[in-house]
Amino acid sequence: MTQVKTPMNRRSFLKVSALAGGGMMLSFSWLAGCKPTPEEVSNLSKEWFELNSYIKIGDNGVVTLMAPNPEFGSNVKTSLPMMLAEELDIDWKNVIVEQADFYPERFDRQFTGGSLAMQMAWKPLRTAGATARHMLVQAAAKAWQVPAGEITTKDGMLYHEASGKEAGYGEIASQAAGLPVPEEVPLKKVGDFKIIGNSKKNVEGLNIVTGKPLFTLDHKQEGMLIAMIAHPPAFGQKVKAVDDSAARSMPGIKDVFIIKTLEEGYVRNGFDTTSFTELVVVVGNTTWEVMNAKKALKVEWEKISDSTVTVAGWGGNQQTVTIPAGLESTQGHLAKMAEMAKKPGKELRKDGDPEGAFKKAAKVIERTYTAPFLAHNCMEPVNCFAHVTAEKAEIIGPIQAPESIMQTLTARLDMPKEKIHIKLARMGGGFGQRAYGHHLVEAAVISQKLKAPVKLVYSREDDMTYGIYRPTYTATYKAALDENNNMIAYQVKAGGIPESPLGFAQNRFPAGAVDNYLAEEWALNSNITIGAFRAPRSNFLGGVEQSFLDEVAELAGKDPIEFRLELLERAKRKPVGKQNDYDPDRYAGVLKLVKDKSDWKRGKSDVHRGVSAYFCHNTYVAEVVELLMKENKPVVEKVYAAVDCGVVVNPDAATNMAEGGIVDGIGNALFGEMTFQDGVPQKSNFETYRMIRHSEAPKSIEVHFVKSEADPTGLGEPLFPPIFGALANALYRATGQRKYNQPFLQDKQPLV
Amino acid sequence: MAKINLEINGEKRVVDVDPNTPVLWVLRDHLNLVGTKYGCGMAQCGACTIHLDGTAVRSCVLPVSTVENKQITTIEGLSEKGDHPVQQAWLEHDVAQCGYCQAGQIMNAAALLKSNSNPSDVEIESAMNGNICRCATYLRIKAAIKSAAQS
Ligand code: FES
Ligand code: FES
Repeated sequence: MTQVKTPMNRRSFLKVSALAGGGMMLSFSWLAGCKPTPEEVSNLSKEWFELNSYIKIGDNGVVTLMAPNPEFGSNVKTSLPMMLAEELDIDWKNVIVEQADFYPERFDRQFTGGSLAMQMAWKPLRTAGATARHMLVQAAAKAWQVPAGEITTKDGMLYHEASGKEAGYGEIASQAAGLPVPEEVPLKKVGDFKIIGNSKKNVEGLNIVTGKPLFTLDHKQEGMLIAMIAHPPAFGQKVKAVDDSAARSMPGIKDVFIIKTLEEGYVRNGFDTTSFTELVVVVGNTTWEVMNAKKALKVEWEKISDSTVTVAGWGGNQQTVTIPAGLESTQGHLAKMAEMAKKPGKELRKDGDPEGAFKKAAKVIERTYTAPFLAHNCMEPVNCFAHVTAEKAEIIGPIQAPESIMQTLTARLDMPKEKIHIKLARMGGGFGQRAYGHHLVEAAVISQKLKAPVKLVYSREDDMTYGIYRPTYTATYKAALDENNNMIAYQVKAGGIPESPLGFAQNRFPAGAVDNYLAEEWALNSNITIGAFRAPRSNFLGGVEQSFLDEVAELAGKDPIEFRLELLERAKRKPVGKQNDYDPDRYAGVLKLVKDKSDWKRGKSDVHRGVSAYFCHNTYVAEVVELLMKENKPVVEKVYAAVDCGVVVNPDAATNMAEGGIVDGIGNALFGEMTFQDGVPQKSNFETYRMIRHSEAPKSIEVHFVKSEADPTGLGEPLFPPIFGALANALYRATGQRKYNQPFLQDKQPLV
Repeated sequence: MAKINLEINGEKRVVDVDPNTPVLWVLRDHLNLVGTKYGCGMAQCGACTIHLDGTAVRSCVLPVSTVENKQITTIEGLSEKGDHPVQQAWLEHDVAQCGYCQAGQIMNAAALLKSNSNPSDVEIESAMNGNICRCATYLRIKAAIKSAAQS
């Protein structure tokens, strides 16, 4: 067992109190500062406690575990409580899981994104479980007058073998509540886990298959009105005037007005979007009535002029972001990107003398890749419920990052955060888009104005054309081989609109494995807004870099896996530079595993294969795609994935996530694309925006996890980027043509 | 506005709505049956799939006036306690990620199995092609349909 210090310092403490009903309540607060004090906590009402703790043990033995993070489909609602249950030593069958509301004073890091949930919760939640267990043991020792060291626990029971005494947690819970919180508790060894590492079914499974109201869009309450918005049809436009006479007179319509979601001079944070801060709002009784009235609005739009906004960056730094005027088009973007790619970029990393090495190289290869803007297209369109009164604001919303939008809400509603209550509804997908909480602000502002409960609903079209897209990117790679086909120089220049994909990735492989290396970047402003999209930036870099390396390996006359392994060996033996952000052994480990599982060596004549490997979000992934061509279209027969994400907490759910990342990646690589003409998004619903469908998914997927005792890392994102590369490389083997521009299939006919 | 007689999940219901209102919004806004989901509003995603006289249809493009006195089944009425073989198979394969599309997928799959009790892979793919799963759980959906076909 490992001893861990419980966080009983000034900044964070464990709170314990007896429930009125005789149970015990534990709650961690890791970042809460000094308030409330433990004394205050014990005086708080029962109700307050029931909402805000990780572990509740009733005197009837029922154990309720709180799921702190918002759920968007990565299964954190099941996997995080598994960590609590493991150390608490209870039977998973007797557990009830409850979704926590947003309550930063009580819960740590209520954010879902960045593939960080498992990693960030690993110690805190296990410690929370272990601490509760420790206190139960102490209480039993006291009650039975035996040494605590002689007491064992199992499945929610306490045992003292010598005296034959035993009790359920529920019987001891009220006595445990009065005990001091231990300063240190032992945590289990990986080998002793009984719950972690054993697949547990989604705790919401039955509710999902029976259609229970789980999502914000399903929420209803007395007196609730429906609101829809009209945003400008083009980026680079804003509202000029509204003729709402026709809309107002339509059945069921209550009001039409314009809202401003952010006040002038407000300093935005990174998750406040810069698009469409003025919206036309139609409010009525039912969704269909409001949808119809919205169509009857006559809005005059006008062009925006150049502007700048101040955005608060990390660590208190403020940034000025320029929003240029103009109606942008995809053709224009491509031309500008091609121009920028020719100019020198901002140097991010340089090793050795790349210029000199390219001059004396025996072979040089240079390739340029592009990828379009992408819309997230969560299945549940943007929506939010809000009821704002003078006393409080109650908000229910699909939101990955409630903390970030809380600041915006307090500023815009002019309310202290204590009066704003955000409930974390299950999200019908997130993919990064739901980290941007503009819809919470919009719904709250509308409710505040109407003095009524309101559900804001975006149509699919509103959702798809609102922005917060994955940016459009380009990258030019160049590599040099010597006469022995060793890679002696490598350089990448990458940029995008309005963000470069490279900023965080200059120290990734193959940096460190080549003597002469250069990474440069650039970015161009745009009024089209962007946001995180499953594996931000990596979702472009991973794919194109892995396509490029495949081509370099081919030029070197080497097997693509062996070529990468050679480089990784070099990075291990004699790394270049000090900041390489990967572990060559773990990187090589997934490549070897996928090589083995896919039977790479044997060669297969009936399928075309491509391989890739990438490290992002702290997880190592290697993938092999096997495909064949039918009527000139690729059919992915099989995908093999090897993953090293440390301990796998919930294996079947992890596999589900991995499969999802792979299929989503294949879909976006083949079809994903948002284009613009004069500022207008050219796709607004699924008849033109092609999503991958059943018949296009791989016929089978095998996911293999590296057996590891390392702390767990994420899975929601890392499987996604490399699949673009593995697919491109397999397509090359199948067709003889390399894919440099995404999406790979330009045939975007709707299937249905 | 017009009074419309409906039969939903075996129960008679009367609603007073614009007869052009799609069944989807009648279910969700007027009858509080919110298991049927809105995804696109134009018969492109399958999230709103229900059964009309046993056949899978997209309720988002189905005016309520056209379904009077026909039998409608929604996800809430597919079984009493989530024990329809398709629902059971979904649980067995732990299909869902976000879960938003799954009611539509289940309704479509249940209708498929009613008309074809042992569909081939290709038949499953083509029958299910109108149901998008943004989380991309397609392989599990297929496996679950096959399990349900066995039971
Ligand atoms: S909502 Fe009906 S098919 Fe998409
Ligand atoms: S499970 Fe999320 S859309 Fe299908």
